[in-house]
Amino acid sequence: MSRLPITKTPKVYVGGAFIRSESSRVFPLPDARGDFFANIPQCTRKDLRNAVEAAAKAGPGWAKRTAYNRGQILYRLGEMLEARAAEMTAALIRFGAPKARAAREVGLTVDRLIYYAGWADKYEQVLGSVNPVAAPYFNFTVTEPMGVVGVIAPDTLPLLGLVSMVAPAIVSGNTVVALASERHPYPAILLGEMLATSDLPGGVVNLLTGFRKELVPTFATHTHLRAISAAVTASERKTIELGAAESVKRTHFVDAEKTDWFGDRAQSLYEIRDFLELKTTWHPVGA
Amino acid sequence: MPTLVSARKKAASGRNGRSGPELIFGDLWPYDPAPETADPKLKPRYELFINGEFVAPKGGKYFDSINPANEQKLAKIALAGAADVDAAYRAARRAYETVWSRMPGRERSKYLFRIARLLQDRAREFAVAETMDGGKPIKESRDFDVPMAAAHFFYHAGWADKLEYVAPGRGVAPLGVVGQVIPWNFPLLMLAWKIAPALAMGNCVVLKPAETTSITALKFAEILQDAELPPGVVNFVTGAGETGAAVMGHPLAAKVAFTGSTEVGKIIMRSLAGTGKKMTMELGGKAANIVFDDAPINQAVEGIVNGIFFNQGHVCCAGSRLLVHEPVAGEILAKLKNRLKVLRVGDPLDKNTDIGAINSREQLAKIHELVDSGVKEGAALFQPPCRLPAKGFYFPPTLFSEVTMSHRIASEEIFGPVLSILTFRTVDEAIEKANNTAYGLSAGVWTDKGSRILKMSTELKAGVVWANTYNKFDPASPFGGYKESGFGREGGRQGLLDYAKLI
Repeated sequence: MSRLPITKTPKVYVGGAFIRSESSRVFPLPDARGDFFANIPQCTRKDLRNAVEAAAKAGPGWAKRTAYNRGQILYRLGEMLEARAAEMTAALIRFGAPKARAAREVGLTVDRLIYYAGWADKYEQVLGSVNPVAAPYFNFTVTEPMGVVGVIAPDTLPLLGLVSMVAPAIVSGNTVVALASERHPYPAILLGEMLATSDLPGGVVNLLTGFRKELVPTFATHTHLRAISAAVTASERKTIELGAAESVKRTHFVDAEKTDWFGDRAQSLYEIRDFLELKTTWHPVGA
Repeated sequence: MPTLVSARKKAASGRNGRSGPELIFGDLWPYDPAPETADPKLKPRYELFINGEFVAPKGGKYFDSINPANEQKLAKIALAGAADVDAAYRAARRAYETVWSRMPGRERSKYLFRIARLLQDRAREFAVAETMDGGKPIKESRDFDVPMAAAHFFYHAGWADKLEYVAPGRGVAPLGVVGQVIPWNFPLLMLAWKIAPALAMGNCVVLKPAETTSITALKFAEILQDAELPPGVVNFVTGAGETGAAVMGHPLAAKVAFTGSTEVGKIIMRSLAGTGKKMTMELGGKAANIVFDDAPINQAVEGIVNGIFFNQGHVCCAGSRLLVHEPVAGEILAKLKNRLKVLRVGDPLDKNTDIGAINSREQLAKIHELVDSGVKEGAALFQPPCRLPAKGFYFPPTLFSEVTMSHRIASEEIFGPVLSILTFRTVDEAIEKANNTAYGLSAGVWTDKGSRILKMSTELKAGVVWANTYNKFDPASPFGGYKESGFGREGGRQGLLDYAKLI
């Protein structure tokens, strides 16, 4: 008689802990063959607000880490994903990804983390400046993280898309609340387990699963989210921009269909820049 | 007899040791008038500037522009309707496609250099026109607004043929036609901040000046003609909010750039939701100017005065909330009161005037309303005795002490010569109070301690931090806000990128 395996209860990773929705709601997730796979937390607006609170709490500490340290932690996350690449690839395949593409998606996700890890202590030198003002002042411009960034991940390439949006936001010291792909949430559940073992402080990345139509409006209007990075439809984009106007929130949109997530253009210094504020300081030069 | 004001009695004043009495002469000797007499060369009527020509508005309507210093009419200004705005966009689009975006950067650059030079040539004339139209003291328009506007063109001119250095690792391309709406506080300078980077990058422009201050923009159009800038590259449409909405909402605008109040900025953001237009927003502020007990006090007092009374306080980054360290609060308040007594309020064209006219009757009413609320809510008002001109819009320099964070005058942008003074005891309290606002445009910090300056500069959530100085600007220095003070930057390499797309 074959052994009955233990199945895993999927939980979302919020504030450094694995939780279920405060509402106890779940939705059933079938695999690509249509068989029942697991019940996924159907996170609520309240879960989103709690996650934003966790992210806000983690923010100052994360931003104060040295750039070198943040780079090493992102690199460590890459190590964790590489070590569990087989498990992640199998999960992608189970939910319908062709074998070769799944392996490529996982490999490139690791590479993307390494790419951004390396930027941690370099982007400032490219984006900041010392400015030659026409008066006796020392004048310089530095970058600073914006704060808590809301990420709404695409359904296409649910792992690579999510990580391509989260990594450039956190490398500079932002913290993130991300809504995983609604259709393929399981890779984000697995990613949460890797985040938990990667030295990334709890609350820096918070991953929610659930329904876009329930959560996108709250992402749009939550005033503690200082920026939104979203792979969304045209009507969702309008909802987000209307909500963003209420608190002059920064928005960054990705065309999920047109983006070549595998291409070199999907990773860029300017993805980091879009989640930075620029601060200019003046000081007299004198005795 | 001059009044003798006793020196500060504080024990810990040994550091600078200059504790002699100050002489306050008050009104003992009146100043002779010293008016600036250069001819502003105003026309009785100004038309729209579309496709390189001055054209009458299709609706045939005009509105009056008055001098806020004496309420006299200066000129009639064309009122642009939707059809005029549309014509301006079509001209801009045509210029973009056929000329401007195809022109080598080297050539675009030379047009911008020409513009800078022609503006320098006519600097005094423009300064007088600016002061008459907006009410700012001539010493500010002469020494700040006009030369700084020219400097912006000169700076950005040099970028036009070096755009491959703007975004390392990527190429940049212009966006197309840019719609711009600017405020009345620095009419010519804001025009320069908007137009110079847009043109350097290869964009074309439709710009609407504020309805109370359109004249220098239309005089600037004469310079564009003299510079032989290709028709349609820059277009000016004049009018009020309705014209502005047409400029922001036009389908041919690839990007809109707005400087003005946070309230209007939010309206624009809502109206553009879902359109895919790029935006730059430079909105309101309620800057904290923070003075520690080890600051060079006399310099700080000058900085505080400059921070709030520059341009009658019509400055989005004005240091309108003074946070003073408790040990020096009494001393600074006393010195500020003395300093206010010698500020000269009056005719903006007089070279000795420190505080000119409030820009409009509406703005004056708003200042009165907020100052009344400060009195009602229990803050202590101080205004020096001063004789305001009988005609025109004026407001005396005003201090409020004993202000708390819950007072309206501590949280709302007054945009007038009104300073709210709060105190703090610790560095953390100063940071907490400074950041406790929806705005985040600028901040000031005064201390002799270098490490504290850097800590404050790091912790303050503001796009510009002035340390041991205030209200300094430069084309090479990026300017713009955090939080509800807007997004995007103006000035420097960083500001230029906001007028480009990455390729």
